[in-house]
Order: sequence, then structure tokens, then C-alpha cells
Amino acid sequence: MVSQPPAGAASRLVERSDLNALIGALRDRGYAVVGPTIRDDAIVYAEIVGVDDLPVGWTDEQDGGTYRLRRRDDDALFGYAVGPQSWKQFLFPPRTLLMRARRGEDGFDVEPANGEQPAFAFLGVRGCELAAIQTQDRVFMSAYADPTYAGRRSGAFIVAVDCSTPAGTCFCTSMGTGPKAGPGYDLSLTELMDGDAHRFLVEVGTERGAEVLAAIPHGPAAPADERAAAAVVECAAASMGRQMRTDDIKELLYASYEHPRWDDVASRCLACANCTMVCPTCFCSTVEDTTDLTGEHTERWRSWDSCFTLDFSEMGGSAVRGTTRSRYRQWMTHKLATWIDQFGTSGCVGCGRCITWCPVGIDITEEVRAIREQPSQMASGEE
Amino acid sequence: MIPRRFRVAARRRELADTVTLGLEPLDGEPPQFSPGQFDMLYAFGVGEAAISFSGAGDGRVEHTVRAVGAVTRALCATRRGDVLGVRGPFGAGWDVESAEGADVVIVAGGLGLAPLRPAVQALLARRERYGRIAVIIGARSPSALLFRRDLAAWSARADVDVAVTVDAAGRDWRGDVGLVTELIPRAPFDPADTIALICGPEIMMRFAAAALLERGVSPSAIRISMERNMKCAIGHCGHCQFGPDFVCSDGPVLAFDRVAPLLTLREV
Amino acid sequence: MTTSDIRDLLGRHAFFAGLDEAALEFIAGCGANVRFAAGDYVFRQGEPADEFYVIRAGRVAVEIASPDRGPLVIDTVGEGETLGVSWLFPPYRCQFDARAVELTRAVSLDAVCLRAKCEEDPRLGFALMQRVAGVMRQRMQSARIRLLDLYSHARVG
Repeated sequence: MVSQPPAGAASRLVERSDLNALIGALRDRGYAVVGPTIRDDAIVYAEIVGVDDLPVGWTDEQDGGTYRLRRRDDDALFGYAVGPQSWKQFLFPPRTLLMRARRGEDGFDVEPANGEQPAFAFLGVRGCELAAIQTQDRVFMSAYADPTYAGRRSGAFIVAVDCSTPAGTCFCTSMGTGPKAGPGYDLSLTELMDGDAHRFLVEVGTERGAEVLAAIPHGPAAPADERAAAAVVECAAASMGRQMRTDDIKELLYASYEHPRWDDVASRCLACANCTMVCPTCFCSTVEDTTDLTGEHTERWRSWDSCFTLDFSEMGGSAVRGTTRSRYRQWMTHKLATWIDQFGTSGCVGCGRCITWCPVGIDITEEVRAIREQPSQMASGEE
Repeated sequence: MIPRRFRVAARRRELADTVTLGLEPLDGEPPQFSPGQFDMLYAFGVGEAAISFSGAGDGRVEHTVRAVGAVTRALCATRRGDVLGVRGPFGAGWDVESAEGADVVIVAGGLGLAPLRPAVQALLARRERYGRIAVIIGARSPSALLFRRDLAAWSARADVDVAVTVDAAGRDWRGDVGLVTELIPRAPFDPADTIALICGPEIMMRFAAAALLERGVSPSAIRISMERNMKCAIGHCGHCQFGPDFVCSDGPVLAFDRVAPLLTLREV
Repeated sequence: MTTSDIRDLLGRHAFFAGLDEAALEFIAGCGANVRFAAGDYVFRQGEPADEFYVIRAGRVAVEIASPDRGPLVIDTVGEGETLGVSWLFPPYRCQFDARAVELTRAVSLDAVCLRAKCEEDPRLGFALMQRVAGVMRQRMQSARIRLLDLYSHARVG
């Protein structure tokens, strides 16, 4: 997986003009380089061939149910936060073929579908996103390892980027996931712009990261550069759009199953499942066996699913969680509380996507605050 | 997520809509399982369903299936010689061994007797390691009783107390009529030193647990078998969550003290 | 079995727990030892409900007669349980048949006598009403849950 950083790896500097060399070096090593790019007025993740594909000089304005791109007055390559997509679509694809089966002499013959997994290089992974990947690692690679995820994950080269321009819905500092990315990257970049100078401070996280860096033009970083990079991060940390107190959150939500706030949020929530689609840690899926018209060939597919759908909890003809209220409660309680008991960390990384992409602007940080500020008489069935 | 092929070696109709299948692997050995665990049974071209082990022996594993949907109807319609897919075993079982030295109470409602049958078999296989054993069974009617041959064999033993009740009956039934929980107050066990295993519809399990608690059994000594929507059975798809527990891997058997607060809530 | 034996038996029985000595003596005085062979009716639907039974051993089936399905057993009452609630509610008529499934021994309490005493002594009346209500509550819960037909997969409602 991620090997130890080489001993004594000091930071380096890479000129903006040499970033294409980085992209080229990754492609030469067989990686499909995926990075941020603008499509349909949003910053999405897609395969890129060069720096020109990046959202150069763009930034984003985000708030509850609001997302806009706006031009910056500089040419920063990474001067924005995160868009509707996350890296999970590459590691945990929205649709995956699990197996094929064909009617045969002995009932049926099965053909597993997991072959070679593509090797991706992710360029521009934010701190919150890196934390999200590591969060999904604990889901998909613990007691049972998912071969698709594990194969793609081990092959994925991660170039992280420290945020300079958080958005209005960001709260990574509350969740301890940023704005400084890491640990867990192969390389990490901090964009430094000073007058005409446009460079990146590069930190090496692994042997393979060091090897790629060695193959592109780079120079030593001076203490002033490191201080500049630290200042970028500090400034970003002070510009969070949202915040969420987390020290008591598990106990708070475990005691709040009958809190009246759930009725309030249920009156707004459309159960549209956007939040689960954009969330970088949501992992629910469904499995479907489908047959062709002859009935001789079947395929088993895994697809993304959402706990907001009515039939997610279907049992014996009706749903356990029939109301929107119960489904919103399930999602938020899972994300912030039961996830901790399941996997040892919070499920939330503070990326703010669920706030931005909710059509009615439901804000998870505000819901937590409302629950905390209004003590509930009725706890979870206990005195 | 890839099933192994098993042949239906034996098929026994238990009730109009319930069949016990004896399955043998086409290749390799049958799975070693713990009582209370389950397999995902695959009907080619239809889909999978989570079915508890209901017995084992002769190189086979047994699963008792009730036809309630497309998959289970297809499973119940299989004939001897047909091939099914099997994934498993999955889940946390009854952990019968942990009850050694104590009395054991088994409370089974309806089809809930199926996942408990391997537990009773495990207890009887090492009878000397356990205190008193009380098996309490509830069914809809006398004709709906499962595993009648086993019930007769267990009842015939002097070292097992078997009490059976049905919801209603005709006059040819000379046993008890009433809710299964009504057999708990008089069952022979020491509440201070008992492990209780309950399986059946969720409402029945709640009331049975209440009756056991009333007799002084500690909530941590009571184990129930939960059921929720299952797709992957390996803790990845998220469907079977019940509070913090994944029913497929933290359960299906869960200690009552752990789940009691959630059982009183609606839509969890 | 003497009145004193009956008083001792009732004194050990959960139904009568908490009643004072005088009440127990009185109730025991209304009691008699009875026995039913397998197949004997203890009471029949419509008869005056003039007895209240404490089952000492055996099993009694509470039945409803149905023309097309024969007698249906809706409850059984066994050792240590009480049989009969209609004795305390006008018009004091048995609602069901009760038939001994096997040899059954019981203490039969004279309900006419008990009812008169309850009218005279409201404290005793309340105490007995509380206890009968407790039995009815438990039987009602049992009946209601069985009504849900949980063991079949057909949906109720």
C-alpha cells in the first residue's frame, strides 16, 4: 500500500511550468491521470492531459444549495475547494460487474468479473478527500476486502494539494482533515504565488512519490518557501465557511433518536439522495442479478445505493424506515455517530458537499447545533 | 461475492410454504458453520436470500426456506439434483459454548426454530457441559410445528424440558394453547445462571425477552437473532444496519442489552 | 382437603399475594376441592359463572364451539393458573366452554359468596378486582399478539 516516506525527505520546489512534466511522468508510468476540470459550469474530476485542463484562474462560491464558479484575479491552478464529485467514483465505481453466470450442465457456470483494475493517478486530492479515501479504506478493506476497491486503491498514485481557498461550506478543520493534506499521499503540493513567481512546494510521502519527483525538474525549497506554504494553510484554516463541534457528538446523537429536530428537517428534506451521491465517504450499494431474455445468461452488478430510498430498508414487503424523518435520522446518525463505533473514526470529513448540493440547503452543521442546543426530553428509549 | 455451487441432495416439505433443503457442495467440503450463522442462497437468474443454517450432517448443510418472495419461491421450488449457489457462512452465531456450565433456555417462535435447531443439536451433542436445558416453542397451530421428529426426540429425553404452545388449536391438540411467552414463567431454569436464546418475529422476541427479564434473567444473558434487509452479507452494502450494528456481521445474533434501547424505537 | 389446607394453598399462590389474613380465611372458607376427569367440562358457555378456579394440577382448555370447524381451543390454563373472570362481571355468565384436557385437580371458590362479600367489603372487592384485572390484562396481551398472526407471513392490515 502506502510505503514509508524516504528518510530525510526534504521539501522541494516545482515550477508551475514544470507541472506538465509531472503529469507526463505519471502517464509514462501507465497511470490514467485524473484531475479537476470544468464541465457544465462545475469543477469535476476527469482524465486530464495537461495543466491547461485544470480550472486555471477559477474559484467556486458555495453555500447551502448554492454552487457557482467565478473568475479569480490570478491564475491559480487550485484556487477553489471541491465540486460535486469525489474520488470515490474511481475507487468504488457507481456500477461494477461482480460476476457472470451461464446455465450449464451442473446447474450453472460462474465467471468472476474482477480482472485487472486500472491504475489512476489522482492530481489535486484535498485533505478532506484524502481522509475520505482512508475512511472508505476501513469500510472496503477490513474483515472482507472488496477486490475492485483494493485493486484500484493499491494502484492509485495520490498527488495531494493543500487548500488555499476554502469554500463557504467547508469545515475540514472541525473534522481534523485539513486544510493541510496528509498523511497518506505519494506527493503533496502547496501552490505558492508571489508576484510573477508561481511554484509548488512539494512534499514526498512515499518511495514511489520520490521516484516520480526525481524524474521531473525540481529544486530545493528554502525555509522561506516552507513558511509561505505554512501561511497558505494557516490562512485557509482561518477561512472555514462552517464549523461543527465534535467532541460530544456520538453521545449527543445516540441520545437524540426522538429529538423534535428530526421532524423539522423532515419537513424540508426531499429524500432526493443528493447528499449520499456527493458524499465522499457514503458507501452503500445494492446488488442486482439480471438475466438476458433467454434466461441462460445472468450478470450480477453492484451499484451505488442510498439509505434515503424507500426500499433501502425493505423487509417483507414494507420499509423499516418508511418516513423521510427516519431516513434523514439514519443518514446523519450513521455519518456522525454510529460510524465511529463501526470504523473507529467519524464518517464525515467536513468537505461540505452535502450542504452545497442539497436542493433545499440542509446544513449538517446547523442540524447538529440545533440538536445540541435544544435538549431533548426523550432519549433513545432509556430514562 | 461469488457463490459456490451446491446440489440439492435432499428436500423435505415442512409446511405448505416452507421447505428444508439438504445441500451438498459440487466441489470441496461443506462449510463449517456455527449455529446461528447464515448463508446467502442463490437461485440462478433470480437472486440471493439470506437463510440461516437449520442443521448439518452427512456431508450436507440444511437450510429451511419459507417462500415469501421471488428468490425464496424459486429456492422452495428446487428439486433434488438441482444446483444452487451458496455464499457463506456469515454472521455472529449463538455462541453456544459460552453457555457451558449454565442453564440454557431456548425460545423459538414459528420459523425462528430453524436457526435455533443447530443450537439445540450443539447443546445435546455435549449435554454434560450444560445445566438444565429448556426448549420453549410457539407455533401458529399444531400443523405448523416444524421439525416434529426432532421435537419428539427432544421431548423423549429426560435431560431436556420441552414445552410447546400454539396460538389456537382443535380438540385433537392436548398441549398448551397461548402465546409462547406464557411458557416462560414456569420453565425450569435458574434465572441467575442462564443463557437465553430467542428467535422469531421481532415482536415475539421483545415480549419473550420481557418475560425472561421479569423472571430475573440479566439482559446481557439474553441473545436474539435480528433480521434486516441484506444484500452483500459482508458489511459493505450498508443495508442491514441496525444502529451501529451490521446484522450480517455484528449479528444476526445480538445481546439483548445491546439492542434493547433500539428495539423500543420506531423506524431504526 | 380442609379449609385450613385450602387457606395454605391460596396463601402460597401469587394471585392471592398481599391479601390480609382475614381475607384469606374468608376466601378459603368459600373454597372446595374439586377434580375433573379428562374430557369433563369445567363449565359451559352461557352457564351461570358461579365458580372461580385455582388449578392445582392438570390442564383445562378454554374452547369456543364452532359449527363447521368443531371446538376451537383459544387458551389453556394449567397448574398454578386461575380460571374464570366472568364471575365478577354482570350478568355473571360463562363466555366460553372450559374442558379438562387431562385429569385436573383444582380449588373451586364459590363466586356467589365472594361477590356478596365484595359488595359488603369494598376493600376486598377492590383487591380482588385488581387481581382479576391483572389476569385479564395478561390474557388480553396474549390474545392481541396472537391476533397479529406473527408466525405467518401474511400481512395484517
